[in-house]
Amino acid sequence: MDFGLLAFSIFSTIAILGSIMVILKKSPVAAAFSLVLVFFAFAGLYALMGAHLVAALQILVYTGAIMVLFVFVIMLLSQDEPVNDLKESSGLFKGVSVLGVLGLMGLLIRAALTARGMVSTGTLTDEKIVSMGGNVRLISESIFTDHVFHFELTSFLLLGAVVSTVALAKRKAVSGGAKA
Amino acid sequence: MITLEPWMMLVVSMIIFCIGLLGVILRKNLLIMLMCVELMLNGVNLSFVAFSKMHQILDGHLTVLFVMTVAAAESAVGLGLVIALFRNLRTVDSDQIQMLRD
Repeated sequence: MDFGLLAFSIFSTIAILGSIMVILKKSPVAAAFSLVLVFFAFAGLYALMGAHLVAALQILVYTGAIMVLFVFVIMLLSQDEPVNDLKESSGLFKGVSVLGVLGLMGLLIRAALTARGMVSTGTLTDEKIVSMGGNVRLISESIFTDHVFHFELTSFLLLGAVVSTVALAKRKAVSGGAKA
Repeated sequence: MITLEPWMMLVVSMIIFCIGLLGVILRKNLLIMLMCVELMLNGVNLSFVAFSKMHQILDGHLTVLFVMTVAAAESAVGLGLVIALFRNLRTVDSDQIQMLRD
């Protein structure tokens, strides 16, 4: 067994078990930490495929920023008393949804196995990426030349997110001011 | 001799996506539902990178960067909404939030 396959088995097992823990854990904090585990395993999987920039950003953005946000909100709401909300819904609903999602999973995996014999159409083999300066350089050049318009559009998206979050957070103060 | 191939990553990504979908359907806690949405987005990201590797082009990596931006914005706004809901209703249970039903 070569190193790539061994590392893939370890990382994918961690990712799948961790994501099952996310949906089974009763306490939100335990679910959040399982999710951190999943994100680290995903970073390992990206690195295995040679996507170094994506692997680094996965750790920085997901485990560094998004999960801190989640843990902060859990702390603010002090929602750590375990609530067994899985038990509340009826058995029929749970059975139907599990069966439906399992069917969808079978369909998707069937589609993934069809892609096995697909002939690659691109020219950027691993050796060529290395000779052209590496993954990070190629992606950065592509972002700031071909995709610069989309890159600028994401700044509008983030601005909109910031403005709407501040509007949500400030709602009480504004209505209080209107009353006074 | 089996070596690592992109379709194995695709299978993992689809399993993770379906686990996330199951979590969104089954759980009632809004925070855990948002976490499961993140899980689904991560599964899709993994399949983008795997297809990119399979087809030997780098456009999938770019898409992943944009998806990450959207995910960050989505979780910021989503958690803001959860906090606003909790401030008014004192609950994060999606079954308790039913003002439009009454």
